[in-house]
Amino acid sequence: MADTVVTLRNITKRFPGITANDRINFELKRGEIHTLLGENGAGKTTLMNILDGIYHPDDGEIYINGKKTVIRNPADAIKNGIGMIHQHFMLIDTLTVLENVILGLRQQGFYINRKVVSENIREISDRYNLGIDPFIRIWQLSVGEQQKVEIIKTLFRGAQILILDEPTAVLTPQEVEISFEIYRQMVREGKSIIFISHKLNEVMDISDRITVLRKGKVIGTVEKNEISKEGLATMMVGREVLFRLERKPLNRSKKMLQVENVKAMDDKGLMALNGINFDVYGGEIFGLAGVAGNGQKILSQVITGLRRVVSGNIIIDGKDMTNASAKKIFEQGISYVPPDRLKVGLIPNLSTIDNAILRRYNKSPISNNSFINYTEAEKYTDRLIRDYDIKVPKKEAPVKLLSGGNMQKLLLAREISENPKLLIVVHPTRGLDVGATEFIRRELLKARDNGIAVLLISEDLDEIFMISDRIGVIYEGQVLDIVDIEKAEINKIGLLMAGMKSLKEEV
Amino acid sequence: MIIGALFGFIAGNLTQSPYIGFMVGMLAGGAASLIHAFISITLRGNQIVSGLALTIFGLGITNFFGQDWINKKFTVPVHGIAIPGLSRIPVLGPILFKQDVFVYFSYLLVIFMWFLLFKTKTGVHLRSVGENARAADAMGVNVNGTRYFWTFFGGLLAGAGGAYLTLVYAPFWLDAITAGRGWIAVALVIFAMWNPLYAVIGAYLFGGIESLQFQLQATGTTIPSSLLNMQPYLLTLLVVIAATIVVRAKHIGTPRELGVPYAREEK
Repeated sequence: MADTVVTLRNITKRFPGITANDRINFELKRGEIHTLLGENGAGKTTLMNILDGIYHPDDGEIYINGKKTVIRNPADAIKNGIGMIHQHFMLIDTLTVLENVILGLRQQGFYINRKVVSENIREISDRYNLGIDPFIRIWQLSVGEQQKVEIIKTLFRGAQILILDEPTAVLTPQEVEISFEIYRQMVREGKSIIFISHKLNEVMDISDRITVLRKGKVIGTVEKNEISKEGLATMMVGREVLFRLERKPLNRSKKMLQVENVKAMDDKGLMALNGINFDVYGGEIFGLAGVAGNGQKILSQVITGLRRVVSGNIIIDGKDMTNASAKKIFEQGISYVPPDRLKVGLIPNLSTIDNAILRRYNKSPISNNSFINYTEAEKYTDRLIRDYDIKVPKKEAPVKLLSGGNMQKLLLAREISENPKLLIVVHPTRGLDVGATEFIRRELLKARDNGIAVLLISEDLDEIFMISDRIGVIYEGQVLDIVDIEKAEINKIGLLMAGMKSLKEEV
Repeated sequence: MIIGALFGFIAGNLTQSPYIGFMVGMLAGGAASLIHAFISITLRGNQIVSGLALTIFGLGITNFFGQDWINKKFTVPVHGIAIPGLSRIPVLGPILFKQDVFVYFSYLLVIFMWFLLFKTKTGVHLRSVGENARAADAMGVNVNGTRYFWTFFGGLLAGAGGAYLTLVYAPFWLDAITAGRGWIAVALVIFAMWNPLYAVIGAYLFGGIESLQFQLQATGTTIPSSLLNMQPYLLTLLVVIAATIVVRAKHIGTPRELGVPYAREEK
């Protein structure tokens, strides 16, 4: 019988307002790849940060090799043979691989013996076929290679238990294949791996066992051979009857947004949209569901003119607006509630008034082309505050002092008040409390009833189901399938989100 | 630098020892740098503002304490020591090997700093906290401690530069005697792309230009001396522009988190 290297018993971790981990039980055997599967916010990363000593559990016990252990910090974790590879690499770009590997190591002397250390690195690199040169600088490496450096760093410190937090999220499919080979080799040599993911295909490929988390709780632990992808999808998103907000009957008008075969690149120059197609009509809410990082942000940026399209067309109300400037697109009748309200949506250090008039500071009556008429500006702000029930202690104070819900309300109020043809909202309720969430959803429905075309991009499936008229699923920069809300089944949407195209035929 | 210049000068005069003066100048510079460290590291203030404030403070405090010393001289000479053999090399010999002990100390310092920065764990830690403090912290490096220590160390060196000025180079005290040389040192760092070996080249370049102005004046040129005096500062400007272009192109030099305070809990 394989012995158990890690046992987590009743681990509980609370953050203000949320229980991220609720009495989690988990065990890892020597030489296995054990996957933690779950949606965003299910508590996977929190749990692993506890094992790595970054967070401290409020309750529960950790046993390493059968011995009860307290892990106070990452250094403690390493002492116990645990090494975590974070989603965001902890590497210093301008230093060499070697310098990154020895960074912070206590057992290294004052003088760096490059010969010895580089031999050790080469040895690890050769054993797992990583092909990493110890003297190359990190910025010269691809993301896939950087991940290998992280692996070397962990192994150099003697890790026997590796935690990989969504390691494939940043890799190309070829790099994923290579890294899986590396992981398999490592477990063959008696190391154990905890693999965090929400991509079903990968999980079925690499895992020995799978533990599914949902909303901070363990749904179950299964052997890979005893479960299908469909079974996993049900465990992952599976929920009962969904609550749908009351709404008026759909009254679709003309096509307001047409996205035709659009391709666009992300900041790293990788193709993030691979020929995406969909339409949004006036008077409907089109919900675009998908797991984070499948091109949602890039999509919202190309439609609003914040990012260039490589090929394809974006047609707004019959006019080709491909690669038009953000201002032109706004004047064409597009409003935008970006995913990051404090970075893109609002200017944190400006007052509520200044933020409220951002869309019309240059228009009469607020502006007379030279000066801002603050009496008018304040009147306008007061109207938004009243109509949208925004709690603003002091209108002249920086907007960043408002609560998240009130900031979001202000943003939405500003954008809807422009009476757009198309409203794009991305993660409109992320991080908001129940009251603000419901208010915002109702406002979106109101906009729809007023004939506005609403494109709702969200990772929250409940939200998508609650207010959308049609649902599309975005996966790796493409819309896989579009279904009417009446015909949509949450499990099937969940499968599509995990990249299972084949289901399209079965539906 | 100005603080090191005054306090080094005073200590040298009181003890009649250039060496004690030099030490005191260094310590005074180091002490002043701790103010900067406290503001920019602990309080996470803006480094540029703090740095500017500190230079104005330096000018002010030395003006105050230097009142009684204006136009006084430091009379203990520091003699050059010719290194046998090497000093006979034509041209370079007298330039490099017929100097005083402080200059030799600066040679050693360059080599030591280069070795420390690029060959030792200490150097890796120093560079890492300037490049990516979060990663360094995750790897168990004491970010703020490291930053404090090296800011203090930088202050020691700035103080040494000031003390050399008033004890050896121009052994008397005047208000604002450094005349902006500290700023040239800042430009020098940019020019050298944070590498002590390149800094040597830059130092001789800047120094050469400065002495050029005296040489030109001695030849009785018709160029107004005010234009000549402007040279080092003009050159500084040009060098910084040129170096910035090179650094941009080559992805080297400037530490990425230059001037960025670090707080663990912020995301």
